[in-house]
Amino acid sequence: MSDMKFSEEHEWVSVDGDIATIGITNFAQEQLGDVVFVDLPEVGGQVSQGGDAGVVESVKAASEVYTPLSGEIVEVNEDLESAPDLVNTDPEGDGWFFKLRMDDAAELDDLMDAAAYKKFCDEHG
Amino acid sequence: MSAETENEATDLKKTPLHSLHQRLGAKMAGFAGYDMPIQYGLGIMKEHLHTRAAAGLFDVSHMGQAWLTGADPAAAMEKMVPGDLQGLAPGQQRYTQFLNDKGGILDDLMVTRAGEPLDHDGLFVVVNAACKDADFARMEKVLAGEADLERIEDRALIALQGPAAAPVLSRFADGVDTMPFMTAKRVTVAGVDCLVSRSGYSGEDGYEISIPEADALGLTETLLGCTEVEAIGLGARDSLRLEAGLCLYGHDIDEGTTPIEAGLLWSIGKRRRAEGGFPGADTVQAQIKDGVSRKRVGILPEGRAPAREGTEILSADGVSIGTVTSGGFGPTVGGPVAMGYVSADFAAAGTPVQLSVRGKLLPAAVKKLPFVEQRYYRG
Repeated sequence: MSDMKFSEEHEWVSVDGDIATIGITNFAQEQLGDVVFVDLPEVGGQVSQGGDAGVVESVKAASEVYTPLSGEIVEVNEDLESAPDLVNTDPEGDGWFFKLRMDDAAELDDLMDAAAYKKFCDEHG
Repeated sequence: MSAETENEATDLKKTPLHSLHQRLGAKMAGFAGYDMPIQYGLGIMKEHLHTRAAAGLFDVSHMGQAWLTGADPAAAMEKMVPGDLQGLAPGQQRYTQFLNDKGGILDDLMVTRAGEPLDHDGLFVVVNAACKDADFARMEKVLAGEADLERIEDRALIALQGPAAAPVLSRFADGVDTMPFMTAKRVTVAGVDCLVSRSGYSGEDGYEISIPEADALGLTETLLGCTEVEAIGLGARDSLRLEAGLCLYGHDIDEGTTPIEAGLLWSIGKRRRAEGGFPGADTVQAQIKDGVSRKRVGILPEGRAPAREGTEILSADGVSIGTVTSGGFGPTVGGPVAMGYVSADFAAAGTPVQLSVRGKLLPAAVKKLPFVEQRYYRG
């Protein structure tokens, strides 16, 4: 178990060994509204920190998802295909998007902890 | 996640109901120069579903309202639109479009013959918010000396839509439940002197109510006080009209589309099809006679991914045949829905097509509109 870390793009990261689970935060899902579709990256694909890692669609609009870490996608949340609303009901749990094997754990230092993220949201919300 | 951009509300105009939207915690955004509610606490999905299940209340005060009076305002205004205005009975309402000399659509609008039911002479006109300044200026210019335009700046406009709209409104006004679809009259609603039309933009039964500015907040709150009624934002207004197959000006219809390409021939009366006498009549008449090269159709994606405005439409063989002009998620349909233009050869319902979304070709099919059955009041 590790503490969650957060990006300025409102993604959260939960690390277990060298595997990071990534999703969007409660703040993000509130901004988005009802999620109707999530386009996830391909398993086996390579993503770079800050790069595109899927799209999350609400009724009104599509929003890019950026990955806060670089690595190889090892798993995606297949439940989101039939139940995209998990992103709204449990964004930081069952609404996770994908897991990757981190290229460089040091990238975690670029992210905020919970307190810093809360402050970030208060300032930018 | 891409960050939300800040809404610059300082230069935006406010409708008479603006304070209500803020009090209800609406997410606001600029639309046609107004600070408007996109959604309230329920969110777009629930607001949409509520409207079809019960009654939704929309602030549409940003739209343009006007009176056109004179010796024969209907004959005069027919110079600008293809609709049959002279044939309107007192209190009868019609949907039509302003056309340019190529038959392209400058705006779509509702025209009501006033007279005894509205206790006013001439025509009552409602136009889109984004076009109202241009529309009214054009009317003044084209109809100068023949008819007088009086812009209505002191009235709010709300829409009450859904199967519970008639039962709700009947609690506060007499005779509204038997009003035929597309008619209007002057009615006292909860003690307020209003103009009520049985029409709307959701595909459901419902009303649009023009209210004196000073009474707008009170009357709206009275209606919102009914258990059946919820405040609905522009987000759900868009998903409702999309499922109903209704055009949004600037997206599904614009200066580059004629009413015939847009599938709006039904709005041009027989007499006007034959006589012309409106801008672009030559083009429109030729298209009626010879057909069009492209048509507005419904598009139903097979999968779950929405296809938004601007999405390229390809044939099953991979040939580019058109573009999506409106697309999103239909909460009542329970999946993605879209409208767009395709080459006429591919416009038949059921024709398989492909949609180019994020570099992938997604299967879809042409679908006859509407996606959701319209439930207008037919008596």
